[in-house]
Amino acid sequence: MSAIRTRALSKDYHVGFWRPRPYRALDNLSIDVAPGDVFGFLGPNGAGKTTTLKLLMQLVFPTSGDAEILGRPVGDVGVRRRIGYLPENPYFYDHLTAEELLDYYGRLFGMSAAHRRARISATLERVGIGPERRLALRKFSKGMLQRVGIAQALLNDPEVLFLDEPMSGLDPLGRRDVRALMLELRDQGRTIFFSSHILSDAEALCSQVAIIAKGQLAAAGRLADLQHFAVLGWELVMSGVPAAALDRIRARARRVQSIAGDRYVIDLPPDGKPEEMLRELTAAGATLVSLNPLRETLEELFVRRVAEVGNGARP
Amino acid sequence: MNAARCVAVAVFRESVRDKVFYNLVLFAVLLVGASVLIGQLTAGQDVKIIKDLGLAATSLFGLFIAIFVGISLVSKEVDRRSVYPLLAKPVRRTEFIVGKYCGLLLTLLANVIVMAIALYAVLFFLARGVPSQLQRAWDTPALDPALLKAIALIYLNLAVVTAVALFFSTYSSPILSAIFTLGIYVVGQFNADLKHFDRIVDSPAAIAVAKACYYVLPDFAKFDVKLAVVHGVPVSGTYMAATAAYAALYVAALLCGAVVIFSRRDFK
Repeated sequence: MSAIRTRALSKDYHVGFWRPRPYRALDNLSIDVAPGDVFGFLGPNGAGKTTTLKLLMQLVFPTSGDAEILGRPVGDVGVRRRIGYLPENPYFYDHLTAEELLDYYGRLFGMSAAHRRARISATLERVGIGPERRLALRKFSKGMLQRVGIAQALLNDPEVLFLDEPMSGLDPLGRRDVRALMLELRDQGRTIFFSSHILSDAEALCSQVAIIAKGQLAAAGRLADLQHFAVLGWELVMSGVPAAALDRIRARARRVQSIAGDRYVIDLPPDGKPEEMLRELTAAGATLVSLNPLRETLEELFVRRVAEVGNGARP
Repeated sequence: MNAARCVAVAVFRESVRDKVFYNLVLFAVLLVGASVLIGQLTAGQDVKIIKDLGLAATSLFGLFIAIFVGISLVSKEVDRRSVYPLLAKPVRRTEFIVGKYCGLLLTLLANVIVMAIALYAVLFFLARGVPSQLQRAWDTPALDPALLKAIALIYLNLAVVTAVALFFSTYSSPILSAIFTLGIYVVGQFNADLKHFDRIVDSPAAIAVAKACYYVLPDFAKFDVKLAVVHGVPVSGTYMAATAAYAALYVAALLCGAVVIFSRRDFK
């Protein structure tokens, strides 16, 4: 059973006042997220990430298609006891303190007073909110509110966590903390579905990703399968390369470029036999600085897939 | 309905924090000030005026709360997006609407109870200095229990107004909701006239529209027994029960409408 499953999920919004016409925000999205996965839902701004999360939370209703969480339809209120949700740029009742807000939400889950106290304390501590928990939320910075948002999503100890741009508004320390928290939750076997346009977060955290652009799924699967992990070439950096040796290797390299002084970057094709070249150059008196295989990064994959959708190519 | 109860308590607490109950201070000042000012009038007249004023102020202050808190009950949550994390919890949209409504009813109840106590307190002090022989000549005793009937109907009136405000709040902006609610309140005061529209116009179409309005719009005049109570005209238990049933039906219909609209609403 998938933790999250969507089938041909589509959403049209009607735009225009006098003559409303449909605008397709999400088009036939079908994804499966296995239990225990950290699933990165990636895409540029306006791609349909938040719409998808809202559909999963039943904050908007699909035009067609359906979605399930933990094997139950998303409309099933019971399933919400087992999930947590952090909206994008969350807003909470600013007259309440962080403790009061979580107490309110805890009551909605039907938690006993003792259980509420324990969970509120544990979650606020986990997201790094100390004595400020007794301040009204109107006095909180954006980053602090984001932490409160994560705390409320964790309050009911959810099996599946939905995070819409969880790193938004966080400083580098906050981002590091949230990454660590997500990895910790993953290690506890929880499923995390998070949207982001920050690819380094996805690279650091995700076992699976989906890339969405203009409401369409551009790519989905394991990062290792999506990226061209086959070596696309080699980058050899050598210093003290004699001019005669340089002339000999030019024909076999795709590019030879001087970095500084006698230090060169040599770009070899995948079958460029870097070991042989390394032996040859070191025999000629050069010194190895670095040798790296060239693989497609998530960013390159992202740009390529988004451009394909933009050009009208079907994923 | 645990969720509805939680939402209702949250609304009540928010009203307290938003200083909604400050109106009680104004109410007390108004009553005490008025009783001092009209103390020179003929004994008996001052009691009548205080009763009139107290009931009118209870109705008016309650109306302000019902409309101006009611119109933002739902729209504020939607505009500020605080509804997103809330509805991702085990809360049905129906429970959300019912909870919001009950929370404001609770606020209004506390408000009306305190006002009723204040009114009786002022009447008690006014009557204290009047000899009992004189008091017997009054239409009604100073601490007339029938005042409670008028106050109960004021509360039912506010319950209907709150339901109207909440209904509009589920799909409209606060300003439009306020205009619609006030409009319906004003028209509802004269609703009984619509029933007999055929006596003043000949057009069958106009008569049909007026009849339709009469049946669709609430008849707020039914809830106003202030004058009768102050002048000692009895208000029967049957009338009270029928008016309560009318209010309950109207509130139920409006809440159903609000739930249907809100349950289908997309939060873009």
